[in-house]
Amino acid sequence: MTATAESKPAQSSADASVLSAAAPILGAIIGVLIGALLILLAGANPIEAYITMVRGAFGGGRQITETVLKTAPILMIGLGLTAAFRARVWNIGGEGQYYIGALIGGLVALYLAHLPRPLLLVVMCLGGVVGGILWAMVPALLKVRTGMNEIISTLMLNYVAILLMEYLVRGPLQEPGGFLPTSAKFDPATRLPSLPGTRIHAGVGFVLLLVPLVYYLLWYTPLGFRLRAVGSRDSVAQYAGINVERAIVTALAMSGGLAGLAGIMEVATIHTRLKGGISGGYGFSGILVALLGRMNPLGVAVASLFFAALVIGAETMHVVAGLPPELADAIQAIIVLSVLAVDALVKKRSG
Amino acid sequence: MTESREPIVEMRGIVKRFPGVVANASIDFTLYDGEIHALLGENGAGKTTLMNVLYGLYQPDGGTVFLRGRQVHFSSARQAIQHRLGMVHQHFMLVEPFTVAENIVLGIPSPREPLTEDMTEVCRRIEQVSEQYKLRVSPEAPVWTLSVGEQQRVEILKALYRGAEILILDEPTAVLTPQEVDELLEVLRHMTGEGKSIILISHKLGEVLAVSDRITVLRDGHVVDTVPAEGTNRETLARMMVGRDVVMKVSKEPSTPRDVALRLGGVRARNDRGLIAVDGVSLDVREGEILGVAGVAGNGQAELEEVITGLRKAESGTVEVCGQDVTNASPRQVGECGLAHIPSDRYRRGLLPDFSVAENLVLQRVDKPPFTRMHRLNWQAIRREAKRLVRDFDVRTPSVQASAGKLSGGNAQKMILARELARAPQVLVAAQPTRGLDVSAVEFVHRTLVERRNAGVAILLFSTELDEIMALSDRIAVMCGGRIVDTLDASEADVEQIGLMMGGVDPCRLGEEDL
Repeated sequence: MTATAESKPAQSSADASVLSAAAPILGAIIGVLIGALLILLAGANPIEAYITMVRGAFGGGRQITETVLKTAPILMIGLGLTAAFRARVWNIGGEGQYYIGALIGGLVALYLAHLPRPLLLVVMCLGGVVGGILWAMVPALLKVRTGMNEIISTLMLNYVAILLMEYLVRGPLQEPGGFLPTSAKFDPATRLPSLPGTRIHAGVGFVLLLVPLVYYLLWYTPLGFRLRAVGSRDSVAQYAGINVERAIVTALAMSGGLAGLAGIMEVATIHTRLKGGISGGYGFSGILVALLGRMNPLGVAVASLFFAALVIGAETMHVVAGLPPELADAIQAIIVLSVLAVDALVKKRSG
Repeated sequence: MTESREPIVEMRGIVKRFPGVVANASIDFTLYDGEIHALLGENGAGKTTLMNVLYGLYQPDGGTVFLRGRQVHFSSARQAIQHRLGMVHQHFMLVEPFTVAENIVLGIPSPREPLTEDMTEVCRRIEQVSEQYKLRVSPEAPVWTLSVGEQQRVEILKALYRGAEILILDEPTAVLTPQEVDELLEVLRHMTGEGKSIILISHKLGEVLAVSDRITVLRDGHVVDTVPAEGTNRETLARMMVGRDVVMKVSKEPSTPRDVALRLGGVRARNDRGLIAVDGVSLDVREGEILGVAGVAGNGQAELEEVITGLRKAESGTVEVCGQDVTNASPRQVGECGLAHIPSDRYRRGLLPDFSVAENLVLQRVDKPPFTRMHRLNWQAIRREAKRLVRDFDVRTPSVQASAGKLSGGNAQKMILARELARAPQVLVAAQPTRGLDVSAVEFVHRTLVERRNAGVAILLFSTELDEIMALSDRIAVMCGGRIVDTLDASEADVEQIGLMMGGVDPCRLGEEDL
C-alpha cells in the first residue's frame, strides 16, 4: 500500500507542474475576455482597444523604453519582497521604504553634488539603500522585540514616509524662492549613466543582474536556506538552530534596502528632484508582482514586465482609444485578478 | 450484553479509494446491538477510513451500509448524527476558551435562535447525562482548564447529548494514563449496559482484549478476520495485524554506563501559560544508558525537553552537556556540544513540510562542509548524504527531492531519526519517538535506539507509553506535576507501581499551581 501511495503522486505532480505553468497564461486570457466585455459595454471595439494597448506597451522603441523603465523599479522592489516573503515576512511597506530611500539619496544629491561623480553616484545609491533599510528596521525591531505584526507596522509607516516627504518639500527642502512643493533640481552630475542615445539607465542593468543574484541567494547560499526555512515553519527553523529573529531582520533589511534603492533610482533618473507623488504605487505593485511571480525571481521578472506593460498599455488605451481612464484601470485590475485567481485555483486542485 | 444478537450496523463490501491507494478493499463489518466491537490494525490499515465512511465524512466508492436493517446513505456527518451515530475523534474538536456546556451545544441549532440556549437548563441536562453514564465533568468549567482525560469525557458527552446510540471512538486511549484508561474502559462497559453499542478503533492489543466482545482485524484495507475476544491472545492478534511474527520484546544486553553526559541540576521552567511546569528536576544520564522518563502527557515533559534542547528558557537550575554548561544556550550551541534531539512535536519541530527530504536531512548541518563550501550550497553533496541516509534508515520516499510533508508518519520519523543520528551525538534526547507509528516502524526505532546506547550514546527517552519505557530503559524516572517523583532501576520497576506514581498518588495536576 505504501509503495502505490508513493509512486503515484510523483506522476501526477508532473501533470500538475504543466498545469501550474500554464495557469498564468490561462488566467490572463480569461482576464482579457472579461475586459473585452467591459470595452464592449463602453461602446468600443475590444479588438482595436487591445491592439492599441499592445502597441502602447511594445509598439516601437519609445514604447518599449517606457515599458522597461516602468518595469525596473517594480522589479527591484518585487525581488526584495520575494526574499522577504520567502521568509514569511510580510513587508507591505515597500512604498514607504521607497520614499525614504529617495529622501536620503536625494539629500546626498542635493548637498554632496560637489563630490567626484563616480563617488557621488555610489554614495547617492547607498543613501537610497540605507534609507530603505532604516525605514524597514522600525517594523523589524517592533516585531522582534514586541512581536508586533509587521503587516500593520509596515503599512502604517508608508503614510508616515509619504507625508514626511510632502512636508519636507513644502518646508525645509523646498527650492529656495520656488513656489511649487518640490526641492531644488538635482545637479546633472547625479544622473545615472545611460545607454548612449536612450533613456535606459544603469539602474535597469542592475535590476537585470539582481534577478539571478536573488535566485542564487535563495537557493545556493546558507542565508537563503535559513530565510526559506524560517518561512516554511519558524518553530522548526528555531529547532534547527537558526536564529529566527536575525532572519526576520535580514528579510526586512533586504526588501527595505532594495525598495530604497528603487526610490533613489527613480528620482535620480525620472524626477530629478524630491517631491510628493514620486512612486505611482510601486511599493504595492512590488507586492503584486512578487506574488504573481510566485516568489521566484524569474517569475517576478516576467510578472513585472507584464504588469508594467499593462499599466502603460492601459494609459495608451485611454489616451489613444479614448476609453475612460477608469475603464483602463479596471481592465488592468481584472487581468491581474484573473491570473492570481486561476493560479490559486490550480494550486488548490493540485495541492 | 452478548445475548442480544441483533445487527445494528452492517457494512457490506465497502470500497474506498484515494489517489493511488485502496484504503478499504471490500470490507464487511457488523456491529451487534449492545456490543463493544474493536477495529484493530496498524496505521494505514483502513480503520479510520471505514469509520469515516460510516459517519458520513467519506463517500464510499462501493458497498452498502445498513442501519437497524435499513439501507442508509449519509452524505454528511450531520445526517449520521440524526441517525444517532456519534464519533469521538483522535484529535479533540473542542474550543478551548469555551465552557464544557458551550462546547456541547456548539453546532446544535438553538430553539431560541438567534439567542443562545438557556445555559442553566443545558447544564442541568448535561449533569443528568454525565450522571447516567458516570462521565464526571463540570459543565461550567472552561475546556482549557481540563485534563486530557476530562476533555475526552466532554467529547463522549457531546455525542451522548446529541442522542447517539452508536458510538465510534478513534484511538481513545492514546492520551490517557493507565488509570484513566481503566476508568474509560469501565465507562464503556457501563454504556453498553445502558443500551449503547460501541466501535473502538485501536492498535493497542491489551485494551482491545480487555474490553471488547469481538475484534475485527484489518490489514492493508482488507479484513483479516473477526474473532471473539475470548479465546484469542496478544500474539495471535499481533500476527494478524502485521502479517508475520512480531518481536514484542526488545532484546538488549545489560547496560555498561560510563561518564555522565547529560546533567540536569534543579531545572525550573514555566509553560506557555506562565505556570511552573518543570519544578526542580535533577537527573544524570550516562554514556551507554537509556534513562526513560515516564509520565502522563502534560506533566512537564515537553517543557523539560525544550529546556534541555535550548528551545525554552530555564528559570533556574543548570543543564550540562558533556561537561559544558549549556543552560539557556541556543539550540545551535547545545547541538554543537554534542546533543541531538528527536522532538515530541514532529510537525511543529521535526521537519519542514515543504522542504525536500534532502534539505530536511541536513537541516542543522547545511552551512558546514561539505554541504556548504565558500558560502555556496553544494547540492550534489547534500543529495549524496540524503541518499545514503534514506538507504541506511529505509525511509520510503519516491526521491530525496520529494517534499518531506508527503512522507507517512513512520517514514517522517525515520527521516528525523536518520538526521539526528547522522550528527553523531553523544547525547540523544528522544521524545515520544514512536508516537503514531505502526508496529514495524516502532520495532525499527527501538532497535536503533538500543544500538546507539550500546555504542555509548547517552539517551534520555521521554515517552507516555509505559510499555515503551519498560522495554527500552535501563533506569526509569517518573515525572508528575513537573517533578521527578522517583528514579528506579528498570530491573526492579513494576508497571503497577509506576502507573500509580504517574497518575499521582498525591494530586499532581498541572494548572492549579500558583504563579
